[in-house]
Amino acid sequence: MTNVSMTVNGRPVSADVEPRTLLVEYLRENIGLTGTHVGCDTSQCGACVIHVDGKSVKSCTMLAVQAAGCEVTTIEGLANGDDLHPMQAAFRENHGLQCGFCTPGMVMSAVDLVTKNPDLTDTEIRDGLEGNICRCTGYHNIVKSVRAGSNAMKAAE
Amino acid sequence: MSDRTMANEKNNAGIIQGGVHQNHLHDSAHKHVSGTAIYIDDLPELPGCLQVYIGMSEKPHAKIKSIDVSAARKAEGVACVLTADDIPGINDYSPVMGDDPIFANELVEYVGQSMFAVAADSIDNARAAASLVKVDYEELPAILTIEEALEKESYVLSPNEMKRGDSATALERAENRLKDRILIGGQDHFYLEGHIALAIPGEDDDVLVHSSTQHPSEVQHNVAKALGVSDHCVTIEIRRMGGGFGGKESQPALFASVAAMVAKKTGKAAKVRLDRDDDMEMTGKRHDFIMDYDVGFDASGRIEGIEFIQACRAGNSADLTGAIADRAMFHADNAYYLENVTIKSYRCKTNTVSNTAFRGFGGPQGVVGIERVIDAIANHLGKDPLEIRKVNFYGTTDRNVTPYYMTVEDNVIHELVVELEADADYAARRADIRAFNENSPFVKKGIALTPVKFGISFTTTFLNQAGALVHVYTDGSVHLNHGGTEMGQGLYTKVAQVVAEEFQIDNNRVKITATNTGKVPNTSATAASSGADMNGMAAQAAARTIRNRLTDFAAQKFQVKADEVRWLPGRIQVGAEEMTFPDLVKQAYLARISLSSTGYYATPKIHYDAQKMQGRPFYYFAYGAAVTEVEVDTLTGEYKVMRTDILHDVGKSLNPTIDLGQVEGAYIQGVGWLTTEELVWHPSGKLWTHAPSTYKIPACSDRAPEFNVRLWDKGKNAEETIYRSKAVGEPPLMLGVSALMALSDAVASVGGYKIHPGLNAPATPERVLDAVDRVREAAAG
Repeated sequence: MTNVSMTVNGRPVSADVEPRTLLVEYLRENIGLTGTHVGCDTSQCGACVIHVDGKSVKSCTMLAVQAAGCEVTTIEGLANGDDLHPMQAAFRENHGLQCGFCTPGMVMSAVDLVTKNPDLTDTEIRDGLEGNICRCTGYHNIVKSVRAGSNAMKAAE
Repeated sequence: MSDRTMANEKNNAGIIQGGVHQNHLHDSAHKHVSGTAIYIDDLPELPGCLQVYIGMSEKPHAKIKSIDVSAARKAEGVACVLTADDIPGINDYSPVMGDDPIFANELVEYVGQSMFAVAADSIDNARAAASLVKVDYEELPAILTIEEALEKESYVLSPNEMKRGDSATALERAENRLKDRILIGGQDHFYLEGHIALAIPGEDDDVLVHSSTQHPSEVQHNVAKALGVSDHCVTIEIRRMGGGFGGKESQPALFASVAAMVAKKTGKAAKVRLDRDDDMEMTGKRHDFIMDYDVGFDASGRIEGIEFIQACRAGNSADLTGAIADRAMFHADNAYYLENVTIKSYRCKTNTVSNTAFRGFGGPQGVVGIERVIDAIANHLGKDPLEIRKVNFYGTTDRNVTPYYMTVEDNVIHELVVELEADADYAARRADIRAFNENSPFVKKGIALTPVKFGISFTTTFLNQAGALVHVYTDGSVHLNHGGTEMGQGLYTKVAQVVAEEFQIDNNRVKITATNTGKVPNTSATAASSGADMNGMAAQAAARTIRNRLTDFAAQKFQVKADEVRWLPGRIQVGAEEMTFPDLVKQAYLARISLSSTGYYATPKIHYDAQKMQGRPFYYFAYGAAVTEVEVDTLTGEYKVMRTDILHDVGKSLNPTIDLGQVEGAYIQGVGWLTTEELVWHPSGKLWTHAPSTYKIPACSDRAPEFNVRLWDKGKNAEETIYRSKAVGEPPLMLGVSALMALSDAVASVGGYKIHPGLNAPATPERVLDAVDRVREAAAG
């Protein structure tokens, strides 16, 4: 067992885990943050995307120990109290979701995309979300949501 | 302002919030975006909760000489190991036929078949222990393909035939005749949330299972059967699934049964959660088909006689194959009148996973068959396929009887297609594409417009029933429950809209609750697109019963006639007085009026003789059409969908935003099925494409840059469905057929449109490239 500490959603956390523990397991099982989902178990579907030191990461492809000491943000930490992050609000308002299982990862990836490039074209949005699979929506409303979220993020600055 | 204060304020607005026909947001949207929507894997685990791994067959067909689990039983962290010998009840989780063993006993029939289960303190320990189990197989010859099964007459169910008119004579007399074979691939559901069940043991024989299922009642019955207890001992609950698409209809019973048996044996909670690879290997998929056709037609392209042989791969057991293969037969006509028609259906038994329900339930395969025939006729006559489609469309007053003798009474396909054709500028674009292709040596474009007509109802008539339960509490808040399940399609939202409308209260006063076999019993699967039609009606009936009681009470108490009690938005007018819903409810409670009711619905008008394959299996039809434009690189076979235009009829939509989402998602899923999603089995019987690394569902970048989707504003259900809406779950999946036909059009260009490409599905880049080469060679003669 190894003690792994990090900051998650602004709160210091710590747990004793096996060194092979994945970051997503650490978050879901040790810290109890189940908003980050596991869809494919093999780092392809993107349901488990979170931010580590401000960058999007598939949390099933990183060990918890690799994130020791880092600032981690999960979907639960994105809103400001009761106020949804503009990207969360955009997905909600634009029906950019159906079953919702991919949504947390999709929102986290979208926030990172827009943060890196506030002036995304629709093509850049589509290409940028290639690593996040959705089986329900056909992506139409997801692209619409990211566009709306991007505009709202800009307006909020 | 809290919900409570809002409810007690009179709503003087003209309309309630979140009633029917409104763009009301998905009830869980705020939870989905904030990570607070709870899926089964997110439920807190009870102390000592066991994790279960299911051991699978490594052989496609073999006698099991012995299974030695002794080492696994002694392994670290292991609580129990279950084999067929440890099943207290009946070793079967099948939906109908009794041919799906929970644990294979003497025989395995596919790679991935469940053989035993190991429950341990962690999934890692369970897996490690499972690897210690020694199985001694005696291999038997395996049948892996439809062709082999046909040759050996290996079937899970007897062949079936549907017939109307005299196809043999019509074919002999026809001016033109074409024959060909069509291959149509299967499809993995790839719900983002894999199969999962969490069982919690109760007292006596009781057990509660949280099961990710579209069919809680069937899971309940199967769990009870496995445990050897009465149905009333077993409760199944599901608040939401992370996608279903048909894959969680019959399949979840296996995982729920295993979890329940472990829980009852050990007295501890037990979870079965499949990882993606195991899920893809163990569970059934959409049926792949081989179809042979023989069609005769006149110079205008009108079909005079047609014969289809449809052979599907059922896999190792019947599962739902009978009804699925039947639905493929029911949709062999799509939107076209087939005067002289014979359809033969073979349900092939193979040593591969047992295929199962998948959005469309055989219908899409039937539609692909006839659309391919139309495409070939057009090519043969040198005409636009759309012209051939129109020549063959069902009539409204004549030429309107289906191959199963049902009269099509609600046909709107002509009108809808003409509108889409104009909207999408089909004719001009088709001409432009032909001109473009003349001057573009390698990149070729293609375009196609395909229609869909889809029959709504379970073809097994007794399944067309639904129940609901509505409570009104004394503060005027409402608790809603029904037999339908939520898998993202927005069913819960729509049914809540119906109940809000009935009571004329804002939607946020209606609490949506998890589907639970203890609340509404004996339900049908949330399947066949029937969820909102049936559960909406049942919930309306329950709410109406309470509303009628309240109306009668108000009339009596205030000494007015019942028709002087008027339900207005947010208030009830009783003679000269007005009161809020909570006020009326409170007074009714004090006067000892029951504020709870069940509701029930059975779809009217339908009947069907399964022996003759004749009757009215469908209450009504849903219609739609799509135009897809593609661009193909003829040097590599790679392609892109460039533009899509869809016009779809959902009747009077209960919720246009949710319905549009269904149409968009279904189209893309249909395109995925017919283009990039390829299932490949190794000759050893092992599925090779068991993860997203090798099995390609559409990604965000695959979506057409131009994607115009519209609900048909003239849509209205001819039948008295819930607020005249139409089912939307499955029908739009078949709009994806337009992409396959557009690819065919692009490929045909390399042979000057003289040679029909005969492009099979899935039309992967490899298949497209093959077709390009074939057409080029044939054209060069």
